[in-house]
Amino acid sequence: MDRKKLYPWYFTSGALLIFFLLCFLPGIIGILYSFTDWNNFTDKINFVGFKNYVEVLKGKPEYRAYLWNTVLFTTVTTIMKTVVGLALALLLTQKVIKLKNFHRMVIFSPQVMSYLVVGLVFKSMLHPDTGFVNNFLKSVGLDIFAMNWLTDLKIVFATVMSVDTWKGMGYIMVVIIAGLMSISPDYYEAANIDGANFWQKFRLITLPLLKPIIINATILNVTYGFRVFDMIYSLTNGGPGNATGVINTAVYKEFSKGNYAMGTTLSSILFFALLLLVYFIIKSMENKEVDA
Amino acid sequence: MVTLKKSLGSIVANLVTIFISLLVLIPMVVLLLNSFKTQGESNKMSLSLPKEWVFANYKTVIEQGKLVSSFFNSLLYATCSVLIIVIVVAAAAFVIARNRKGINNFIYYFILSGIAIPINNVALMKVLQALDLVNTRLGIILVYAAINIPLSLFLSYGFISTIPREIDEAAVIDGCGPIKLFVSIILPLLKPIISTLFVLNFMAVWNDFTMPLYYLNNSAKWPMTLAVYNFFGAFENSWNLVSADIILTLLPVLIIFILGQKYIVGGVAAGSVKG
Repeated sequence: MDRKKLYPWYFTSGALLIFFLLCFLPGIIGILYSFTDWNNFTDKINFVGFKNYVEVLKGKPEYRAYLWNTVLFTTVTTIMKTVVGLALALLLTQKVIKLKNFHRMVIFSPQVMSYLVVGLVFKSMLHPDTGFVNNFLKSVGLDIFAMNWLTDLKIVFATVMSVDTWKGMGYIMVVIIAGLMSISPDYYEAANIDGANFWQKFRLITLPLLKPIIINATILNVTYGFRVFDMIYSLTNGGPGNATGVINTAVYKEFSKGNYAMGTTLSSILFFALLLLVYFIIKSMENKEVDA
Repeated sequence: MVTLKKSLGSIVANLVTIFISLLVLIPMVVLLLNSFKTQGESNKMSLSLPKEWVFANYKTVIEQGKLVSSFFNSLLYATCSVLIIVIVVAAAAFVIARNRKGINNFIYYFILSGIAIPINNVALMKVLQALDLVNTRLGIILVYAAINIPLSLFLSYGFISTIPREIDEAAVIDGCGPIKLFVSIILPLLKPIISTLFVLNFMAVWNDFTMPLYYLNNSAKWPMTLAVYNFFGAFENSWNLVSADIILTLLPVLIIFILGQKYIVGGVAAGSVKG
């Protein structure tokens, strides 16, 4: 059977064309511009080599702060979402829990809201004087915990990461529940006969069998974390100062200042970091296929 | 003693579950209550019921927030871009999954690189200008399709690989050509992954607000997210109105979510378990 005839390449042409014109081409143009001094103030564009990259890595410390914040945000939210999601999944697959499906639905529901709306909701909930959180804490006598959630430099980043976890934990939970359901109960029965306790069963059966799913979820969380924008933009807009600034809020800032080249340099750094990650994703997926 | 310990454990587990659900529900309930309050009362957010129920808030919001037209815009953008994605991605994933040699392999990795490509808004603006698509509905629909194609292709590729090739061979013996094979044999088998793609992309497009921020400067073409964002800017001190606006924006998504729960949750799960 002739595979070329049965599976003609032109079936890919629609996806290829749209992707090339409106995603790849602008992306590449942007990367090329990162080697220039392109800005909004002159029409002349000069080639400057790696000057912009050197500026990010060695110039003003705020650029390094953006990179560091992005890595910190990604690491912390990934760990929090995975741990909370896993714990919730284990909890919501226990027989004793009443109304399991209702709780699952509720905890998943923030996933369908836009980051913008979640940001606006929490901006109002966390307002120091009028917000619900502080009012509630004061009304139950816990005044010391009423804080300036979004303006105190010490806690603002933790607040932002917690809100992000609030939104994202349900997704990871649902994914892990699906994984738990696909584990054959025979393993647990065998373990019960051997007298294994809950912790042993979790460590020796559940966790190893969930590994591929946890890896997938981690990849999703990491690629999301690196690109985070809407959430931070609507909650703090990178402030106060640069305390919550990440790469994409910095890109937005540089663009609106007219420093197009600097903006594209920052997004290109993001691109190269993500490209490496995606490479590892695909590699790990393919290894998995060989194993199976 | 053992049964006591067990029932105590189940009570604690249930309480923890209820507590976490409340953590998710309370912000929405506060907003809902707030949306019925007067401006003065809504400035102090609380779980107390409104002293007087001001239903007129919703009327004000619908009139001033351009919610009806923006709702239909959102619906149009999300539906059309998702249809485009599903059609082109299903066809491409089918051919690539079946014959991943030579040019197809290159195309696969080429499109997958899009998962990492940053959206460069100024460069994209230039391309759209060259294509005469700036500030048009078609332009934004195609942009949404383009940026969501890579991940969708990745998901469908994994799914199609699980469909046995013997099906194709049987169809060919029965005299199917490539187009007939795809449309009448393969496409019906893709229902699970198509519903996943539909739901995930619909949500992504519906919830996006950066694209219209850059590429639609005419408020008649704005989707709901951008309308809310502008409303928030204009009425920042009227929390009752802002709450009503947010509730009205959430409503369609929550209704879709509750109705399509099976597909959404199932789709999310299937997509990730299969990889």
